[in-house]
Amino acid sequence: MTRREHTATGASTTRERLLRVAEKRLPALTRLRQAETLPIRLHRHRIYVRPTRYGLAFALMLFVMLMAALNYGNNPALLLTSLLGAALLTSVFRAVRNLDQVELHSAQVAPVHAGEAMSFALNFSTPERAHYGLCLSGTFGMTPFDLLPQQENRISAELATDRRGWLAPGRLQISTDYPFGLFRPWSYLNPSVRFLVYPQLEVHAPGFPLATRAEGQRAMRGADDEFANLRDYRHADAQRLIAWKASARHDRLLVRELERRQGIELLFDWAQLPELAYEARISRLAAWVNQAAVAGMRYELILPQQRLAPDSGEAHRHACLQALALMPGAQQ
Amino acid sequence: MSAVLAKLSVRQFSLLSIAVFAAILPHLSRLPWSLTLLLPALLCARWWQRRWRPTPVSALLKLPLALLIVALTLMQYGNVFGREPGSALACGMLVLKLVESETTRDARAAVLFAAFVLMSALLFAQSLFYTAFLMLVLILLLAVLRQLQVQPANSTAPWRPQLIHYLRDAGLSLLAGAPLALCAFLLIPRFTSPLWGAPNDGDSARTGLSDRMSPGDISNLLNDDSPAFRVGFTGEAPAPAKRYWRGPVLWNFDGRAWTRPEWADTAAQVTITNSGATIDYDVTQEPSLQRWMLALDVPIEVPADATRFADLTVSGRHRDSTNPRRYHLRSVLDYVLQPELSATERRRALQLPRGFNPRSVALAQQLRAAHPDDDVAVVREVLQRFRSDYSYTQAPPELGRESVDEFLFDTRAGFCEHYSSAFTFLMRAAGIPARVVTGYQGGYFSNVGRYLLVRQSDAHAWSEVWLPQRGWVRIDPTAEVSPSRIELGATATRGGDRESWYHPEWIASLRNQFDLANRWWNEAVVQFNALRQGGLLQPFGIEHADYAQLAWVLSGCISVILAGMTLWTLRRSRGAEDALDRSYALLCSKLARAGVKRAASEGPRDFCARAAASLPESATAIRALAQRYVNLRYAHALCDSAELHLFDRAVHALRVSKRKP
Repeated sequence: MTRREHTATGASTTRERLLRVAEKRLPALTRLRQAETLPIRLHRHRIYVRPTRYGLAFALMLFVMLMAALNYGNNPALLLTSLLGAALLTSVFRAVRNLDQVELHSAQVAPVHAGEAMSFALNFSTPERAHYGLCLSGTFGMTPFDLLPQQENRISAELATDRRGWLAPGRLQISTDYPFGLFRPWSYLNPSVRFLVYPQLEVHAPGFPLATRAEGQRAMRGADDEFANLRDYRHADAQRLIAWKASARHDRLLVRELERRQGIELLFDWAQLPELAYEARISRLAAWVNQAAVAGMRYELILPQQRLAPDSGEAHRHACLQALALMPGAQQ
Repeated sequence: MSAVLAKLSVRQFSLLSIAVFAAILPHLSRLPWSLTLLLPALLCARWWQRRWRPTPVSALLKLPLALLIVALTLMQYGNVFGREPGSALACGMLVLKLVESETTRDARAAVLFAAFVLMSALLFAQSLFYTAFLMLVLILLLAVLRQLQVQPANSTAPWRPQLIHYLRDAGLSLLAGAPLALCAFLLIPRFTSPLWGAPNDGDSARTGLSDRMSPGDISNLLNDDSPAFRVGFTGEAPAPAKRYWRGPVLWNFDGRAWTRPEWADTAAQVTITNSGATIDYDVTQEPSLQRWMLALDVPIEVPADATRFADLTVSGRHRDSTNPRRYHLRSVLDYVLQPELSATERRRALQLPRGFNPRSVALAQQLRAAHPDDDVAVVREVLQRFRSDYSYTQAPPELGRESVDEFLFDTRAGFCEHYSSAFTFLMRAAGIPARVVTGYQGGYFSNVGRYLLVRQSDAHAWSEVWLPQRGWVRIDPTAEVSPSRIELGATATRGGDRESWYHPEWIASLRNQFDLANRWWNEAVVQFNALRQGGLLQPFGIEHADYAQLAWVLSGCISVILAGMTLWTLRRSRGAEDALDRSYALLCSKLARAGVKRAASEGPRDFCARAAASLPESATAIRALAQRYVNLRYAHALCDSAELHLFDRAVHALRVSKRKP
């Protein structure tokens, strides 16, 4: 987000000026509601402080101690009370300074399918001095962390996903209890990052259709081919690829490795599955894409508004899954 | 929130246990012995249990423990209110809090409570050493708080450096707060009289006048700075050391309390041989519940409506608790009072209760035997004894049945009532007629108003002994102890010849130094009161600051200190990027002066290209700088500070001539 430049020539009314001051002084009310581009650095204009409930209780206790000391004319007790009170009061400065200049510079994520927990990492810049006892809270709960100089500062958290499409971590609150837990300075981090959630995979999806193209008729070897390459079963493999006899012999699940052959292409077509509901179709296609990718085959994906030419490899798989994830109806 | 309900780790719990132990430590010696044994044992047991079997303690155990502590307190003191039972109970509850502490929130509550327990320890003793120890415990408490904040789960820092880090952190916090604390200490307006005198508290009393005096019962003197009376002198005011204001004279001692007898007669003729000038003065006495009038030392003329007793106590006709009383008196300061003592009076001045204070009686008889015919020598011996071995305190220990014995031989600390009571007792036991005089001593002479102000806190008690030919002579045993602590330290070290190996020179000097520090502490801190606080602003031309002025200065000081700390907090660490911004801003302003102004929307590349085009003489330099800026700003994740410096120097070196129109 860029700061709007104000030229001196523009006639600014009192209201505009007030708004500008409010914007500058209380960004939590205005600017921090919207997402900001990374990096985000905390500074004095956007750090707020409030006493904790414990801080208020301590203030009450200090008042009682003060009154007792004054009433009994007890100067050492008064000295003790003032020292404790002053130490606790001035801890507010250390608390604010602990949050000042903290900078979030990037976020990372590994894509997941809807329904799985998405673990993402927030990378904070290496600070000049140590920041202790920071606490990041958001929809994912609370994560305490320290930022130390000369060290990579990566905070991991997990977000629950339930729908395909874009997922933003949302507005995060960063706060600290440092040093004594009497004051809590806090600020918002609202990075304009969003993570893609791939469609949910259909559970027990049937194997993908073979030989939907003329030249792909002889794509598979015979089902009982003893000489097929075998490999360990992976989660996304279709059940019909499991080599049951071989598995029984080796005491673990083995699947037949399909040979990658130029010219053999699978075709996953949206129009092929008229019997399924909208989201179910997406789930089925996503499952097939994964199966085909695992099998190392070339495949083509045809969607109502989009056509992804036949290809293989991770990049292709991600492109297909992204297209599926962003089918109309996705979470924005 | 889950953070405050987080379970305490072993380290956190151990440090908390240590802090709680340190907080109750100053109390242990005063608690009833059952609690002195029970509380540390309970604390250790809990630590052990939590360390090796970390399960919460069941309520079935906690409840009886709480009841036991309350019961033990009740058994000892009879109630749970007041200073001593209250603090005993607080110690017990603090240990109980530790017993049930499982989470961060519990631990924080325990620290809060420990701070209170710590402060209440100062209600019993206020010496320098004691206070310094409590300040150290304060550091421990802060370190516990510091340790309690949310910790990343993977923190596996070693124990000892971590602890040292926390302690250092806590100590620095105290230091950072010290200026603020000092301001607050000096300027928080003191009460001139207590808000609550703890009327239920049998063991504390206000300073002031009464016709009964029982030193053993009072263990805490509440300083009451409100005025008692004011005196205007016709001539010069007497020297401060001679300002003894006589109130009721006490004759009867029942073993615990000195009282004024019923028989006090007015008829008897008093022989006063005056050998100095008379002093005329007017006294304006604040309303009080007493009939007594205050007279300077020996009054020779009293108003017509007042009565002067044979012992020179002056009494009004009736008491007036609403209006000030004003009366005129005439006194003498150099006199011989009653050179002849009647048999009745001698008997009354030697009266002692039977069966009390055997050790003191024995001491008196021993002194008498040493000086069979010399009363003055006996007096001198007793005063010498006070001077060498006793201390002045406003919070003395309570005394039991044998109040004089316990004071003279065990506690050896007290204020004027203890000293005059013990002195008079010893005199009588040695066969020297003696009596206790209560009243006021001193006063503050206001040069502006030309009057003497005497406050309730100036209340005093001294003795008079009757010596043959010299009559009644005033002896102030407290004066031997209180004003000259330095000499006390010196005599104490001189008295050390008995065990020579124990007293090398440096220990003697150390003890003198320590005594000096203690004396300073007593004068500067312990006895700092509303009166002296009022004089704080004298350098600024305010003779006697009132509450409002103090409050203004206090808030001013606090604001300045807090503003300074705010600046410290917000000081920007000038990072690499700021330096680059500054250099670029300089470049822009140089070009603007040359006639090429950067538009708000213009990026560095476009702007510099335009500038280079319109300023052909320095075009190459400008293009080079632009390239360097872009590289520094965008090409590297982190700027190289050496390159930054070079760029800055290049910008400074750039000279552009004005654009030709």
